[in-house]
Amino acid sequence: MFENIDPSLVNWSRGQFALTAMYHWIFVPLTLGLSFIIALMETIYVRTGKEEWKKITKFWMTLFGINFAIGVATGIILEFEFGTNWSNYSWFVGDIFGAPLAIEGIMAFFLESTFIAVMFFGWNKVSKKFHLTSTWLVAFGASLSALWILVANAWMQDPVGMHFNPDTARNEMLDFWQVLFSPVAIHKFIHTITSGYVLASLFVVGICSWYILKKRELFLAKRSILVASVFGLISSLMLIYSGDGSARQLVHVQPMKFAAIEGLYNGQTGAGLVAIGIISSAPGDTNSRNVKDFSFLIEIPNFLSYMAYGEFDAFVPGVNDLVDGNLKYNLIPVSDKMERGKLARETLADLKSARDRGDTAQYALLNARFRDPDFINNFFRYFGYGFLDDPNQVIPNVPLAFYSFHIMVGLGFYFLLLLVLFLIGLYRNKLENRKFLLRLAIFTIPLAYLASQAGWIVAEMGRQPWVIQDLLPTMAAVSHIDATSVQVTFWLFAVLFSALLTAELSIMFKQIKIGSK
Amino acid sequence: MTVGKRLWIIILIKLFIMFAILRIFFFPDILKVRFGNDRERGDYVIEQLSKTR
Repeated sequence: MFENIDPSLVNWSRGQFALTAMYHWIFVPLTLGLSFIIALMETIYVRTGKEEWKKITKFWMTLFGINFAIGVATGIILEFEFGTNWSNYSWFVGDIFGAPLAIEGIMAFFLESTFIAVMFFGWNKVSKKFHLTSTWLVAFGASLSALWILVANAWMQDPVGMHFNPDTARNEMLDFWQVLFSPVAIHKFIHTITSGYVLASLFVVGICSWYILKKRELFLAKRSILVASVFGLISSLMLIYSGDGSARQLVHVQPMKFAAIEGLYNGQTGAGLVAIGIISSAPGDTNSRNVKDFSFLIEIPNFLSYMAYGEFDAFVPGVNDLVDGNLKYNLIPVSDKMERGKLARETLADLKSARDRGDTAQYALLNARFRDPDFINNFFRYFGYGFLDDPNQVIPNVPLAFYSFHIMVGLGFYFLLLLVLFLIGLYRNKLENRKFLLRLAIFTIPLAYLASQAGWIVAEMGRQPWVIQDLLPTMAAVSHIDATSVQVTFWLFAVLFSALLTAELSIMFKQIKIGSK
Repeated sequence: MTVGKRLWIIILIKLFIMFAILRIFFFPDILKVRFGNDRERGDYVIEQLSKTR
């Protein structure tokens, strides 16, 4: 298996980032969602005064604590990697990442961490209302922490609100609010946090199903299922709504990713939405661009056009249109963008050269170009294309993007259906008889994690080769360091994170078996 | 051993590995280590971004 891994520095750096990000994302969504479920349960306890609800709250708080303790600070590893493996990128993004990450740090340490101490250790030490307020603040703090890192990620997908300073080679923030409220950031934030809420709801429903099958903790299980199913159902609807919004944004800001997730090679008017499909390769094809067709396909006619542009007959560009260009629809060929990008890079080199030799007139002239809207819109916006050797390099791994997207979407609708069935079962008081549904809910817990990871694969692999859309490709973002050191730390992380995950599962299973005693 | 005690031990070991070993020995900030000031760092990145292979 490992013989197939490309041992180059770029690929090892990417692999290491993917490994750490994916492990980190195992812990985060449960923290995001479970904190709100606990807050809802504690609210019921405070309002009703029933000790059973306090017991239920404390049980889930223990599981939340296990996940939080083991997962906390795993994201800091990603920031280590920025400085070591991705130094060109870290420098290039400049203030854009600095501001949101600084706010995230303040949120995480001052809001989340302070009130989490009250939440865990404050029972019987502070008033009920103060404790409840702390629990809610932990929940909001966790989601607000996520907001800032997601805003930074959204900027990478759609860089807005900044100006490139050619003197320092850094992007400087011009409009904080444009960065914060970019439509990509808004949809990404809502979609990501609600995916965490749904995952946590399914986690609660799955564990409670196990209790019901074992005929244990029946009161806790049924009450918890009620809270989690209602919360999960509302979150699922928001998840679907924000997913639809994300797709509408995608077609404008990352049309290649949009074409890839739909496996659309040749653009179409009235394009159909693929519900289920198996991508096939033509014999002898050597690259993903030549994947021709589907060996199996169920599609909803015209719906992709509607989803993208709100019109059933609108033209949706495919991979080939985006690479080769399409005059009719004003799509510039990648080869043209490569030329423009190269000119922008040469201008940057000339500017540095003029500065180094003290040619102030030439320096002022070239510096002014980076503030000229015409140069920015027609040349600098394609800066990243100047690094490419071949137009086909802009095509991501289409099968990976396609399958990840369809797994995520398919599972998302399945989760919605499952939560509805649980609520019906509760309403009719027949949940204990529905053994198949209960077993299905247990099996669904890993599926929730699969969908969550698939979502990030769509977001991050689907935008390749870009680290920052159109401005910086992955190959130019990486630090020039020894690939061996990246390989060593890759395996160190693999061991460390696997140990943490094993500890999480071991302690979690043990605590679930003990129950609410 | 209680769950809480076990979790505290895991947290401390994890933070020690991350900050006292990984951060110090494996994850230096490359630009800060190699260059003395922001001007030099900027110049280096401009060279990286503008040089043709």
